[in-house]
Amino acid sequence: MRRHPLMRILNAQTVALAGVLLLNWFLFPGFFDIAWQDGRFFGSLIDVLNRGAPVAILAVGMTVVIATKGVDLSVGAVMAVAGAVAATMVVDGYSAFTAIVVALAVGTLCGVWNGLLVALLDIQPIIATLVLMVAGRGLAQLITEGSIVTFSDPHLIFMGTGSFLGFPMAAVIALVLMIAVTLAVRRTAIGLFIEAVGINRSAATFAGIRSRMLLISVYALSGFCAAVAGIIVAADIRGADANNSGLWLELDAILAVVIGGTSLLGGRFSIPMAVIGAIIIQAMNTGILVSGFPPEFNLIVKAGVIILILVLQSPIAQQLLIFSRRNAGKRSTP
Amino acid sequence: MNRSLRPLAATTIIFIIAYGLSVAQFPNMFSTRVLGNFLTDNAFLGITAVGMTFVIISGGIDLSVGAVIGFTGVLVAVLVSWFSVHPLIAFAIALVVASAFGALMGCAIHFLQVPSFIVTLAGMFLARGAASVLTQDSIPVNHEFYSFISTLYIKLDGGGRISFIGGLMLLVFVIGAILAHRTKFGSYVYALGGNATSASLMGVPVARTTILVYTLSSFLAGLAGVVFSLYTSAGYPLAAVGVELDAIGAVVIGGTLLTGGYGFIFGSFVGVMLQGLVQTYIIFDGSLSSWWTKIVIGMLLFLFIVLQRVIFSSSAPKLKHVRKLKHE
Amino acid sequence: MADTSYTLQARGICKYFGEHTALQDIDFALRPGEVHALLGENGAGKSTLIKILTGAYHPDAGEVLLEDRPVSFRDPLHAQAHGIGTVYQEVNLLPNRSVAENLFLGRQPTRFGMVDKRRIEREATELLARYGLDDIDPRAELGAYSVAVQQIVAIARAVELSGKVLILDEPTASLDRNEVEKLFEVIADLKARGLAIVFITHFLDQVFAIADRVTILRNGRLIGTEPLTEMSRTDVVRMMLGKDISFSGGTSAVGEREVGELLVSFRGTGRTGSLQPFSLDIHKGEVIGVAGLLGSGRTEMARIMFGIDPADSGEIRLNGTPVSIQSASDAIAHGFGFCPEDRKADGIIGDLSVRENIVIALQGKLGWFRALNRDDQLEIAGRFAEMLDIRAASPDMPIKLLSGGNQQKVILARWLATDPGFLILDEPTRGIDVGAHAEIVRTINRLRDDGMALVVISSELDEVVAYSSRIVVMRDRELVAELRGENINPSVIVQAIANQSDEAIAS
Repeated sequence: MRRHPLMRILNAQTVALAGVLLLNWFLFPGFFDIAWQDGRFFGSLIDVLNRGAPVAILAVGMTVVIATKGVDLSVGAVMAVAGAVAATMVVDGYSAFTAIVVALAVGTLCGVWNGLLVALLDIQPIIATLVLMVAGRGLAQLITEGSIVTFSDPHLIFMGTGSFLGFPMAAVIALVLMIAVTLAVRRTAIGLFIEAVGINRSAATFAGIRSRMLLISVYALSGFCAAVAGIIVAADIRGADANNSGLWLELDAILAVVIGGTSLLGGRFSIPMAVIGAIIIQAMNTGILVSGFPPEFNLIVKAGVIILILVLQSPIAQQLLIFSRRNAGKRSTP
Repeated sequence: MNRSLRPLAATTIIFIIAYGLSVAQFPNMFSTRVLGNFLTDNAFLGITAVGMTFVIISGGIDLSVGAVIGFTGVLVAVLVSWFSVHPLIAFAIALVVASAFGALMGCAIHFLQVPSFIVTLAGMFLARGAASVLTQDSIPVNHEFYSFISTLYIKLDGGGRISFIGGLMLLVFVIGAILAHRTKFGSYVYALGGNATSASLMGVPVARTTILVYTLSSFLAGLAGVVFSLYTSAGYPLAAVGVELDAIGAVVIGGTLLTGGYGFIFGSFVGVMLQGLVQTYIIFDGSLSSWWTKIVIGMLLFLFIVLQRVIFSSSAPKLKHVRKLKHE
Repeated sequence: MADTSYTLQARGICKYFGEHTALQDIDFALRPGEVHALLGENGAGKSTLIKILTGAYHPDAGEVLLEDRPVSFRDPLHAQAHGIGTVYQEVNLLPNRSVAENLFLGRQPTRFGMVDKRRIEREATELLARYGLDDIDPRAELGAYSVAVQQIVAIARAVELSGKVLILDEPTASLDRNEVEKLFEVIADLKARGLAIVFITHFLDQVFAIADRVTILRNGRLIGTEPLTEMSRTDVVRMMLGKDISFSGGTSAVGEREVGELLVSFRGTGRTGSLQPFSLDIHKGEVIGVAGLLGSGRTEMARIMFGIDPADSGEIRLNGTPVSIQSASDAIAHGFGFCPEDRKADGIIGDLSVRENIVIALQGKLGWFRALNRDDQLEIAGRFAEMLDIRAASPDMPIKLLSGGNQQKVILARWLATDPGFLILDEPTRGIDVGAHAEIVRTINRLRDDGMALVVISSELDEVVAYSSRIVVMRDRELVAELRGENINPSVIVQAIANQSDEAIAS
């Protein structure tokens, strides 16, 4: 079943991405233009990577959570918490490094909390993560005391607006995180265990896999990723906005994972494909912007994409597909 | 005591104690004025929570309600202000559109067999997007009918008043309670949330009930949008962001089991009032900030989720036993 | 006698699922006022037959007649409306609603559009009284009552809605003795009222206590329908399990096999509510066969041994040292392996490849960070695929696409890859093709000769006799006999299971 590497790149996600990019180019002929200026690249394509980075980072954690048959609704709120922690700490005079480390730790802790509710109390993931989804923004506001905490620490700002080898820092971080997590789960047995637990938890238990620690780790990773995304978003606007940071991004992250081909029912997952899913979402957003539609129009497009995927994945459509294949098979072999 | 009553009893006791403590600190809080404002300020949330209660009892969730409130508010404003439609007709149109929207979501959930949260998520995007496409800005509504409605209220002793929208919310709660506890539809909703397979074997029309539940939820969200429009005299596409979470919070704090099958409409009323109490307390205190509302609600949510977990898992060992035997 | 004396009849029923024949030419007839036991091991076709009678499945051949008229039901609701009610083992009612609502859901009387609660409660009280449940509050939540009460409520509902035929699918599986008696009073009463009752169970005592006639299925075929007055318990067990057992009586298959040193010993190991404490020593190079009917406690024993349901009494010794086995991973760490009975629910991980399914237990033993790379995995998978003759187009193919026999061999390979000292197999050959069957039996023999200790649970008595050194017999959640030497032959086993002529099985 091993295919040629070039063939393996060719799949539904990359074709969809290419389609969206081509459509953008059609709507806005300068879409693929890239300029080099002040030691970094500029252009719509670079912009897509830069703006898509937070959702891509969230999608990295969300993919493994969904692969275990779970979901993490709290990532948007955790982003707000992490951004608030980082911003208030640098304003209070801590170094950017300390602020970032603490913010990441707080985000991870939020994830561990979710994981404990899911793995130890056996509460449904959607319900367990709802608690932080509701309370998280309140906590973030508590930290920022209700205002938008602005900061000017150059190191922290660099996380959101800087560049590395000419590429936007946010995109670089997303790429590094994607590669690191992919290697971490695929070069160890963790990925296999995650899939086994997501597909059939009972059989996985019979095969001797202890699922509790695994679930806690997976939610912790999701919290960590949310913290990274929160820091980037805060750094990008040079301030922590507890009300709006990460608003609805949990939904974008879930959508990215689903576009990436990971089933909401758990099991087989692909982190790179989820990241491509996030880029597809951002490319659609950008396309809508450059073609002059109101930005809110992309909500309708996103809804359309969800509906399309749901219809394609639904049991009815699967049956139709099998049916038509069978019929095709009958015709070819009379 | 019936175990499903325990969370409701807990909420009611918490409310009474919290209200008592608040009154002890701020005696002014014990007045019909404050109580009347409780109802008026939370009318749209309460109406939404009634629909959400049905959805959650049936074993689902509806994330689209906040967006539907925003959408109907904008639709009413657009019809009244731009097209000079009489508000009553605009309300009727908005309610029909909202109900049809819910029916479609119900169909998708039943026939595509996908989790309700993802379908209603798409619904949320769609409704917010549609509202934003209609307008980006807040559209004010200036119509004598709106002024007329605001003059409708029942005066209470002590200067308080039950406004039209506050009264409407109470009415919706009463009708909701009758629907849930006294009609066949209500018993079907509980049956669905208890065990969909058994329900279908016992002759519950699963498809019709599912579709009706989401239709009802969207209808009530639409009604909440109308109320929100009357309350603010404006339509704004980003209105009521996050109301779905407040409504879910109120429902769960009111003793409805998030996994379905158990719950009370009255409980959701107490849940809404408890949220209103927290907000009012924060206003009276003056030094506390508004975000404490979210934190307190989150804490209550956690408390009740764990409480339900304890109550409902400890008292159903027999069924677990049966399930284990099936492994043979 | 004319056909008119039957309430429900099935004639020449066949049902196929793909290549698999679930039922072949089954005749089944039910008289009014009789309790008709339907017996057979798992996979015999009982539930398929019931599903055809109630309209859940449609037969590929044959016809169903209700009071001599051919009928074809859309679904169980339709069958119920025509008089056939069913009560399942897992009570298909709503524990979250009141007893009264469970009795009347879907047909509640209304007044002015409102459900008439008072009338429902009054009628429910009257109805419950007729079933001997006077002390039940119809307003209370159904889930607050015992399974026995729930069963009777389910029966009451089914009888009220249908009224001609009542099908009871293992209603007594989780009831205690008193509850069973109460249930039997209800059944006797319904029988007197002229209902035709189908009773499915795996407790022979209950069959003889309540049933008038018995129909026995095996491997989708009808073995026979007989009045119970003319049958002994041994006859029934023989019909359920045996292939001409009467002829193989006395031909002891094996002498005392040479066995190695003691490996695992269970001393008073048991679990409350699941299995009476049992003691068993298992040596290297021996196979212990476990015989017993479904529900006798044989699977419970395996689950306790493997730590899925940890024991709450007694001790387990490995090579003479006490060990604690609280979970499957504990058991695996001590070199145990377990092929569960329900392959689909507890065995295969459907979307994962054959390769991953083979290495998963070994990888679980190695932990998160000592990962087997793809080449290691392919090597291991290839080695065991060859050893067990696993027929998969590719080791990267999802296991769910394989046939049952190949899936079973993959699960076996999964455990062999962990190099276990002690292997438990629960019905390893059920529902698989002849070739895979033979391969698994061959493997069991080879593993034993290589010095592994095995426990094999199986209903295939001939086969168990062929490879076992000793056989333990389970009955009523208790280990009741241990057979060795001369006594290892199918007819002695059948007698032990049937609990007859105890003197014959004294070891």
